[in-house]
Amino acid sequence: MTGAWLLRRLVASVAIIFAVVTFIFILIHAAPGKPCAGQSENVDPAVCDQLNRQFGLDRPIPEQYWRYIVALVHGNLGYSVSLRRPVADAIVETIPFTLQLAGAALLLDFLLGLGLGIYQAGRVNRLPDVIIGNATLFIYSLPTFWLALLLLLIFGEKLGWFPVGGASDPVLCAVVDSLYCLKDRIWHLVLPAATLGLVGAAGTARFQRAAMLDVATQDYVRTARAKGLPERRVVLRHQLRNALLSFITRFGLAFPFLLTGAVLIETIFAWPGMGRLAFDAILTRDYSLVTATALVASTMVVGGNLLADILLGLADPRLRVRAGADVEALTA
Amino acid sequence: MTLGTWFALFIALVAAAEFVRALRRRAIRQERWRRFFRHRTTTWGLGILAFLIIVALAAPLIAPFDPNRQLDIVHLKNQAPSWTFLFGTDVLSRDVWSRTVYGARVSLGIGALGALLAVSLGTLVGALAGYYQRWVDAVLMRGVDVGLALPRIFILLMAVALWDGLPFAALVLAIGLTSWFGTSRLVRSEVLSLRQRDFVVAARALGAGSGRVIFRHVLPNAAAPIIVSAALGVGNVLLLEASLSFLGIGIKPPDPTWGNMIADNASSIYTAAWSTLFPGLAISLVVMSLNAVADGVRDALDPRADAP
Repeated sequence: MTGAWLLRRLVASVAIIFAVVTFIFILIHAAPGKPCAGQSENVDPAVCDQLNRQFGLDRPIPEQYWRYIVALVHGNLGYSVSLRRPVADAIVETIPFTLQLAGAALLLDFLLGLGLGIYQAGRVNRLPDVIIGNATLFIYSLPTFWLALLLLLIFGEKLGWFPVGGASDPVLCAVVDSLYCLKDRIWHLVLPAATLGLVGAAGTARFQRAAMLDVATQDYVRTARAKGLPERRVVLRHQLRNALLSFITRFGLAFPFLLTGAVLIETIFAWPGMGRLAFDAILTRDYSLVTATALVASTMVVGGNLLADILLGLADPRLRVRAGADVEALTA
Repeated sequence: MTLGTWFALFIALVAAAEFVRALRRRAIRQERWRRFFRHRTTTWGLGILAFLIIVALAAPLIAPFDPNRQLDIVHLKNQAPSWTFLFGTDVLSRDVWSRTVYGARVSLGIGALGALLAVSLGTLVGALAGYYQRWVDAVLMRGVDVGLALPRIFILLMAVALWDGLPFAALVLAIGLTSWFGTSRLVRSEVLSLRQRDFVVAARALGAGSGRVIFRHVLPNAAAPIIVSAALGVGNVLLLEASLSFLGIGIKPPDPTWGNMIADNASSIYTAAWSTLFPGLAISLVVMSLNAVADGVRDALDPRADAP
């Protein structure tokens, strides 16, 4: 965990994001169809030509790429053809929604998952462990979009407990500015967050159970028991603390997954987040919007990994000694 | 459901059960395979997979109706499950049971082929990087870093949405080509540790070529993680295909896949839940079985458990 190591990782991260942007740029320009012609409305070809000229889409691809990169380096994400507004505005507007959804889902994921995993590890192969184990195996295998539909059907339609879509009451709470509206937002958040969170929690529980059992046979755990420490302390201070190391890596990996998993969930629940924005952008062939959403998504992936590595270095002194060594090799 | 289809279904069930029993009887002789069958969920998972594969292969015998035929769009749409329509009928009056049975072909096919492609590619890249190290490793693994940072669902959405109506093979190719990055990292780290081992050094000292060492000595010893990631991979690819179909951009209708069956009927879920319920249940069942089998394989092939 030295400065040089961090710097090298940062440079590598930027390089990765750059490569992703390049790849997406090539892919979307290689696809047939242009943004203007891709729209459903009947547009005069002359108008289309002029629009394409205006946005520089008639230039050779290398030149477009160069212009895009230069603009990007200057912090300009371009102009969205389909939304008729700057891309940065659209992203800034939708990202809070995705973060709220991802944050709530992560919270449920980790609280429930960790709790279940630790509880199971304490009762290996006894009835509660077997029941929870089979339940988590099943939930972990559910397609998220199908679970979303089921929750909608049961809690939205049949029981009527939660709203079936949207992020807030459009009449009373266009913006969240009062306690009532905050409650309204949370009320709208429950079903989409539960969908993502439950599936994630099932995975986390399975993972955490295995991690706890891996540690359970270690010498220092036996020593702690032999010293006569209470079971609670053995589990929480000795077992859990070391089992949490592999959990940090999982945290880094889970973050981007929630973001991309949100594409489906946001579509089903009409949640106005970035996933839905990206999906619509792809369908309308909105070049700059697609590239920008991919940029944000890959930044999340790389950032999540980097954060996990830094946290690991902070949490595990053994890794600090080998700063700059292959951290993943140690945690694999 | 006719008598013939019930009979065929029964035969499929018996065949799957017998298959698992026969496998189990042979497994008793070997310690590691005994470990595999020790888990009840693993045994069940294997049985369910065998059953569904038989159903997919024998689809014409088990499906009472043509899966794409709209039986009677006025009188027979959104019929609740009954003895005639075991899983009910969908919004276009097609038999959901027949569509689920035929959907198994497409869904399982894409899952198996996509995962096969992904795991082969991942194994090859991982083996090359781990074995040759130096610049080969550097170049390949930096590529994998980029691949892992790619938002995969975006790429697939773009590939499928922009090239309207991808054929089956192209869909498999697109999914396979974007799903191998994780496997390659896994295999690389495995190969890195294996290539230092005495038997590999000995093989090289005896003059075995790189190809022979990699394929005959190194990779067979890395089988456990590869098999596990293959089993998990099939489930992931299946979920991915279902997600794409659900967004309306997978296999072209009217051909049924479990994903597009859910998509087609999602709008009528409040009135006719069965037509989305059963295909979703089928997906969950397959993915769960694959996860259970992967657990069993991991347990059975775990080298640490072999030690006395």
